Amino acid sequence: MSTLTHGPAYGLAHDGIALLGRQVRRARNNPGLLVLTQTMPVSMLLFFGYVFGSALAVPGAAYRSFLVPGLLAATAAGGIMTGMFQAAQDVHRGVTDRLRTLPVSRAAVPLAQAVADTVLTAAGTVPFLLVGVAVGWRVEGGALAAAGALALLLLFRFACVWAGIFLGLLTRDEEAAGQLGGATFLLPLLSSAYIPADGLPGPLRTAAEWNPISAVTTALRDLFGNAPVPEGAAWPVAHPVAGTLAWCAVLLAVFVPLAVRRYAHGER
Amino acid sequence: MTTTYAVLSEGLEKRFGEVRALRGLDLAVAEGTVCGLLGPNGAGKTTAVRLLTTLLRPDAGSARIAGLDLVREPAAIRRRIGVTGQDASVDGDLTGRENLRLFARLHRVRDPAGRAAALLDRFGLGEAADRPVSTWSGGTRRRLDLAASLVRRPEVLFLDEPTTGLDPAGRNRVWEAVRELRADGTTVLLTTQYLEEADRLADDIVLVDRGRSAHTGSPAELKARVGAYAQAVVTHADALPRAAAVLARLTGTEAVVDRERTAVGAVSTDPTLTLPRLVRALDAAGVPLADARVSPPTLDDVFLRLTTTKEAPAA
Repeated sequence: MSTLTHGPAYGLAHDGIALLGRQVRRARNNPGLLVLTQTMPVSMLLFFGYVFGSALAVPGAAYRSFLVPGLLAATAAGGIMTGMFQAAQDVHRGVTDRLRTLPVSRAAVPLAQAVADTVLTAAGTVPFLLVGVAVGWRVEGGALAAAGALALLLLFRFACVWAGIFLGLLTRDEEAAGQLGGATFLLPLLSSAYIPADGLPGPLRTAAEWNPISAVTTALRDLFGNAPVPEGAAWPVAHPVAGTLAWCAVLLAVFVPLAVRRYAHGER
Repeated sequence: MTTTYAVLSEGLEKRFGEVRALRGLDLAVAEGTVCGLLGPNGAGKTTAVRLLTTLLRPDAGSARIAGLDLVREPAAIRRRIGVTGQDASVDGDLTGRENLRLFARLHRVRDPAGRAAALLDRFGLGEAADRPVSTWSGGTRRRLDLAASLVRRPEVLFLDEPTTGLDPAGRNRVWEAVRELRADGTTVLLTTQYLEEADRLADDIVLVDRGRSAHTGSPAELKARVGAYAQAVVTHADALPRAAAVLARLTGTEAVVDRERTAVGAVSTDPTLTLPRLVRALDAAGVPLADARVSPPTLDDVFLRLTTTKEAPAA
């Protein structure tokens, strides 16, 4: 049996790849969560798109074209829920403790979960966008800008999963995490994901514009060329790409160290 | 010759808020032996295992595992130990084979697939190997959990109540595995609520009473100190005083009379008190005997005799 002579970076990569395989197999053997989180936005697109779409007029865009980027951002924020649920499930089932008694790099377990979640989300985005195209959504800008939009989307997902992992390690209970995670569906309601935030009264508009989901949504709409950046909005929405990057940087700077520390130390 | 200790702890303490789970645990487990931590629920056994396997940090005290300092060298300790917790802690969404391969890879075993196959074979898990573990029965899952703690042959193996909830066949398999490991030179520290289990497996038993090591000794010594329970049931209440006198003479302790059941009982620390001797003595005294027994001590007996508080442990 070999002994460990490699540095911490090698350890992180080796363990991370081994654990990434676990996350992918986990999704394959138990696709329920993945299917649910990826079919939800499709049903919401059809429901909102046709029910609200007939009543709502959005300045400068068709409602369903306006809605597709919003649902992408809202679904990415759902990473808080999946991150929380899976982390809590692992703690609850004793898997976290098992891994913590193994000679595993401390950051590898949450990192593998965040990467696997992001990769699976990327795959799940494809069918959603196909349905989007079917109901009239198009990439109305350049291909490069569209690729940038998807990269921003996945970065935001990655950051949200880290927040979820920390909360899941804190909750420690599968059921509580599931219920709390359900509450994340409320987050996009106070943002510009489903409605134009500039139509909201003062304080609500401010709250919605400082919701990270609004910055991401606006960046996607702008990069896909679906709707213009609203005028007179708060900074993260007025400069949506920089705003999204800033939000992701803040989320990662806060939650990566918290999650790794929480994982390494457990309840002690 | 000096003894090398695989587990050595002094005054380990752990507090959870107001609850003092451990209040001074001293352990000295010689290399290559099996040590049984015996105690009722809530005695602190699981906390002890979680501390010794680096899952928790002690509030006070010190410990060395395989010669390594618990607080300063946890990463090195994790390379040398195997742990099986009370609840099966394998990933239910993966198959048994996938679980073992993953743990083998994380342990840097050279041939993870080969090691997984060998362990599945050894624990009789070949048939279920490629189904998700969530579909397995409890006993089978526990065996997988045990296999998981052996992916890289550990120097010290920790088993927290390895047979709780298993049927007799499953329990025997675990016992057999522990004996094999001991024969291979692995040090095993196991916790149990069953005196019988500690008696059969352990070289030394540590009695854990409310977070402290209350008594340490070999199973034989422990049983000798606690003694057996001698009981006689008579056919007529009139014979009770005579029976009580015989029991008192044989055991050297006062016999307790139960009029309702027309029975007398007494604790004996005399290892030569056997059932034939008891029956012969009662018969010679002309006691009309309906039933008699000499039962091995129960965990309650052990605690009543060997812990300072003389309080029966909560069941």
